[in-house]
Amino acid sequence: MAVSGISCERGADGLLLVRLTGTFRLAGHLPDFEGVRRQLASAPPRRLAYDASAVEDWDGALVARLLTFEETCTAARVEVDRAGLPEGLRRLLELAQAVPEKEGARRSARHVPLLERVGSATLRLRDGTTVFIGFVGEAGLSVGRMVRGQARFRRSDFFLLLEQCGGQALPIVTLISFLVGLILAFVGAIQLEQFGAEIYVANLVGIAMVREMGAMMGAIIMAGRTGAAFAAQLGTMRVTQEIDALETLGLAPFDFLVLPRMLALSLMMPLLTLYADFVGIAGGAFVSVTMLDIGPQQYWDQTASAIGLDDFVVGLVKSSVFGVLVAIAGCLRGSQCGNSSAAVGQAATSAVVTGIVLVIVADAIFTVIFNAIGV
Amino acid sequence: MRVSVPAAISVRGLTMAYGDYVVMRDLDFDIHPGDIFIIMGGSGCGKSTLMRNMVGLEEPAAGEVFHGGKSFTRADEIERRRMLRSFGVMYQGGALWTAMTLAENVGLPLGEYTELSAAEIREVAVLKLALVGLRGFEDHLPSEISGGMQKRAAIARAMALDPAILFLDEPSAGLDPISARLLDDLILELRASLGTTVVIVTHELASIFTVADDSVFLDPASKTMLAVGNPRELRDHGDPRVRRFLTRGEDTSEGRALA
Repeated sequence: MAVSGISCERGADGLLLVRLTGTFRLAGHLPDFEGVRRQLASAPPRRLAYDASAVEDWDGALVARLLTFEETCTAARVEVDRAGLPEGLRRLLELAQAVPEKEGARRSARHVPLLERVGSATLRLRDGTTVFIGFVGEAGLSVGRMVRGQARFRRSDFFLLLEQCGGQALPIVTLISFLVGLILAFVGAIQLEQFGAEIYVANLVGIAMVREMGAMMGAIIMAGRTGAAFAAQLGTMRVTQEIDALETLGLAPFDFLVLPRMLALSLMMPLLTLYADFVGIAGGAFVSVTMLDIGPQQYWDQTASAIGLDDFVVGLVKSSVFGVLVAIAGCLRGSQCGNSSAAVGQAATSAVVTGIVLVIVADAIFTVIFNAIGV
Repeated sequence: MRVSVPAAISVRGLTMAYGDYVVMRDLDFDIHPGDIFIIMGGSGCGKSTLMRNMVGLEEPAAGEVFHGGKSFTRADEIERRRMLRSFGVMYQGGALWTAMTLAENVGLPLGEYTELSAAEIREVAVLKLALVGLRGFEDHLPSEISGGMQKRAAIARAMALDPAILFLDEPSAGLDPISARLLDDLILELRASLGTTVVIVTHELASIFTVADDSVFLDPASKTMLAVGNPRELRDHGDPRVRRFLTRGEDTSEGRALA
């Protein structure tokens, strides 16, 4: 392989002749013009010319380096004569410079001060809250329209959603609640054994499942499963203009898409919770019967004495509200989705996060309220 | 002359903007009933945005859009819904509702705006799909048919209510030349048989010269319209930017004075 090199010599009339020899290909490094640059800097010539008669082979590597090199020349007000370059190379350089840089098109990395970042994050939070409250308000109006029989959505869509939010979630709800019941019983048993009060494992599991964990775990499962699905569906419909198509037909996308999802989740969540309660109690019974020498009948009697109807009501009221919150989080994030496939992914992620946060915050508020009214 | 007939759509002093960013300003043109009207211009110049303003998906920053002499921009919700009933819109990607079959897609607007029974709706949907050459595909889902077929199904949906005005956003984009030609023929046929006014957003020259009666040319650099008229005649327009667009950049003469 021929040795490539760049040298320069000074001629008459303030001329700097750049001599290129050998092979310049992308396989190696970009050609090194440092020597010529130093010459330019030390004693700027008036003109610059090339001698490429000894160039054997060249490709984009040489063109790219020449383009940046000539920018330096232009900045130093050195006149460049390209006559000595191979014709193809000359034409590529001209093509690269044919369209002048558009003013204002170049992005410059701007340093954003901390204070400004905090400020804009606060503004975003405020706007986000306003949008959320607006969405909840719209949801209320939409339910009002439904009650008056003015909201339009397809019955078949609604039944499909009921199935998605209900029956199809049963396997995962079964697994998680059984394990949660099991874990509660296990942790409780180790503590209660020290006092010889193993039988109270039944109280612990029963009350925890019925009042808290059934609704909470159900809501978290549904946020991850269904909330994300809602966001992805609505987001994709936004990207593919299906929502625009509804609007130009005069169909309110809110009634058509959000309302049935909200209804389906808030109807199915209490049922799932009730189911989760019993599966969780079964999980607790499994631990008690196999590890603690408590008979199934004894466990059941103890559970029945520990939990009352009001405990079930507390769990079911919560779960209904959680259902609405998860649906609202999913639909809100879906309808805010940007116009790209990456945005759909973000919408789904953000729906899960928002859903879980809303559920936990709501649960805390419920606990305070129920505590205050003594339920 | 068509001066005595009121315009199907009039755009008056329309300025479109996203926030502070002005997309187009001072648009003024009329679309005559029964015409095939083209909104043309380079990529990204705001053609689709203009269509979105005309059908109420975006609100103008200034100016007004009139449909049949009545202001659409200033109409209240009820009036607007009544006006919406007279348009059909086909979106760029078709935007068929993916969870519904083709017959359900076409049937949804019918169920919304008419008193027809489910069986009657199905009958009308079958007809509309047959008109665009999709007989037998009534129970297919949009994902099960080709892109060209999806666009035709989207036209069938847009025509479900026999609209007076049909808006088509880039109908031939992404289609092979033969499918694009068939779509042009379909548009001409529908106009001839139903007298529909058709507004098409496109930059496909072949399609423009085949179907257009009238057009508006939008220029992104000056952010306004440069010409209105029949595209075949606009090839001799005074402004070199219009001529260059309509001759694929071949006419680069600057000679004629700006009209």
